[in-house]
Amino acid sequence: MAFEGLTERLQNAMTKLRRKGKISETDLKEVMREIRLALLEADVNFTVVKEFVKVVRERAIGSEVLDSLTSSQQIVKIVNEELTKVMGETAVPLNKSPKIPTIIMMVGLQGAGKTTTAGKLALKLKKEENARPLMIAADVYRPAAIDQLQVLGRDLEIPVFELGTKVNPVEIVRQGLAQAAENKNDYIIIDTAGRLQIDENLMDELAQIKALAAPNEILLTVDSMTGQSAVDVAKGFNEQLDVTGIVLTKLDGDTRGGAALSIRSVTGKPIKFIGQGEKMTDLDVFYPDRMASRILGMGDMLTLIEKA
Amino acid sequence: TFGQRLNSLFANFRTVDEDFFEELEETLIEADVGFETAMTISRELQEEVKLRNVSDPDAVSAAIIEKLVDLYESEGENEDNSIAQAESGPTVILFVGVNGVGKTTTIGKLAHRYHEEGKKVLLAAGDTFRAGAIEQLAEWGRRVDVEVVRGPEKSDPASVIFDAVKRAKEEDYDVLLVDTAGRLQNKVNLMSELDKIKRIISREIPDAPHEVLLVLDATTGQNALIQAKQFKETTDVSGIVLTKLDGTARGGIVLAIRNEMHLPVKLAGLGEQMDDLRDFNAEDFVYGLFKG
Ligand SMILES: Nc1nc2c(ncn2[C@@H]2O[C@H](COP(=O)(O)OP(=O)(O)OP(=O)(O)O)[C@@H](O)[C@H]2O)c(=O)[nH]1
Ligand SMILES: Nc1nc2c(ncn2[C@@H]2O[C@H](COP(=O)(O)OP(=O)(O)OP(=O)(O)O)[C@@H](O)[C@H]2O)c(=O)[nH]1
Ligand SMILES: [Mg+2]
Ligand SMILES: [Mg+2]
Repeated sequence: MAFEGLTERLQNAMTKLRRKGKISETDLKEVMREIRLALLEADVNFTVVKEFVKVVRERAIGSEVLDSLTSSQQIVKIVNEELTKVMGETAVPLNKSPKIPTIIMMVGLQGAGKTTTAGKLALKLKKEENARPLMIAADVYRPAAIDQLQVLGRDLEIPVFELGTKVNPVEIVRQGLAQAAENKNDYIIIDTAGRLQIDENLMDELAQIKALAAPNEILLTVDSMTGQSAVDVAKGFNEQLDVTGIVLTKLDGDTRGGAALSIRSVTGKPIKFIGQGEKMTDLDVFYPDRMASRILGMGDMLTLIEKA
Repeated sequence: TFGQRLNSLFANFRTVDEDFFEELEETLIEADVGFETAMTISRELQEEVKLRNVSDPDAVSAAIIEKLVDLYESEGENEDNSIAQAESGPTVILFVGVNGVGKTTTIGKLAHRYHEEGKKVLLAAGDTFRAGAIEQLAEWGRRVDVEVVRGPEKSDPASVIFDAVKRAKEEDYDVLLVDTAGRLQNKVNLMSELDKIKRIISREIPDAPHEVLLVLDATTGQNALIQAKQFKETTDVSGIVLTKLDGTARGGIVLAIRNEMHLPVKLAGLGEQMDDLRDFNAEDFVYGLFKG
């Protein structure tokens, strides 16, 4: 079962309208309703949708859309452009420290994909830059979290620093940084335990790790299937840690991924990478325009233009 | 005890008018109930309110909760919410779901519950794929003091599960909880692997698995509906476990799943510790939809 995409929705609405010729205010309202629905079905947050539709509406009124026979296309174009704009026009690369090491910290809710992404990122750096990353296992809570990172490290031939589960994560990071300095590792990737943004103790632990390590990059890792609460999560982590970027995972599924829009608009932080599979090579750079089309279910964009 | 959100929803209104229902719709949508379901609920509630002829929000609040619980349960009359048990021999429960939702953790918690009840519990480490997955289940086994059947990393999950079923039969276990690797519902090969696993279990114990529990993360939005459909098709899911309800997400999508697919939610996950498992309670859930 797939949800109706924006193109289909608009097409249906427009076919009805087209018979009448010129589009009125009321018709426009109907069109905006379809846009709202398409975005809600894609899991964009309700409040974010409201604001977004307002912007689109203003642009539509200001343009010649209302008189045009091909207005369906034009509205889709406006929506797509605005969405791409919100999502950030271009891909944003990883922040790097002017001198080694560059420190990257993975944070996010439970099960979002932090540990997997840590491994993927380390591999990417190793392959593309010949880097010598060190991964620090700072999740002492989840059963076998350290084993998980160690297995990834073993398979990728990337060292993992760990002190078991009896040592405080802040202390683990302190010693891990010292070891990296000694070994002259050029990248350090800190894997932290999943936590709720409302968990004060665990959020404070992250703040302490941040204060100690002064990371160049704090990557909030978010499951792309997340619904309306993506906004609370992103706000919570961003307000407490001032994250520097987002990773969207599990995009190899069939989710529309509207959470991307929600997170982008509440944090203003760039989405840097997307996870597209469980394999260590399944990490890709984020492209705003592709994500925009996906949220709108516009794989069929070209077909629509041909038909019109 | 009404949630804060419900209170503030009602506090803002002196009469139950159009604005009232608009706000109610918003609240439901923000709980991930989904647009269509939110509209249906709102419509039915409007009728209910008209019928009872009440206009005072305080009076209507109880009616709303009642109606929502009714709606939740309407598709499930005479339905058994409890976990099925084998008439004789081991009860086998298979856990399925997408990546990272909480399958392994739920198994740990449920094993703890059964162990506390004095049952003889066995776990099968059927996720041989994800890094550290076997060790994660083994650690749960140690924590809650139950045995775990495991094979080597990357080995065929079906063979591990076969061994576990055999051992459960031969050594008179009461319960066998089977873990599987997380998989996205659009991966055809991985989905048919589940089908194979299920057949292997049935071959050993004809009426097993007695339950196939689909684990859903309450944080998930509309995609959960597709997950439920696809997993139900391949593995004949018999119930849902809704996890991570201790977070800010309300898991409203299960309302739609409940009604479209006739799948009861059986268990709720409320944290990462072994005691953080509850039997699902529709009333608590409905209150939770409005929590602030
Ligand atoms: N299909 C798919 N699965 C992914 C992706 N990224 C991560 N996963 C899977 O999601 C599950 C959770 O990933 P983890 O890396 O353990 O997540 P985490 O955030 O470290 O989890 P906690 O440490 O428990 O908070 C695992 O089954 C991963 O294999 C992705 O891009 N696609
Ligand atoms: N807050 C909270 N966290 C949970 C809950 N259930 C599971 N988790 C956490 O979610 C993360 C993923 O849980 P797992 O049990 O590994 O999930 P899984 O479905 O087995 O994951 P894969 O096997 O990788 O697909 C872990 O960090 C768990 O501790 C819950 O009810 N509440
Ligand atoms: Mg992890
Ligand atoms: Mg698991």
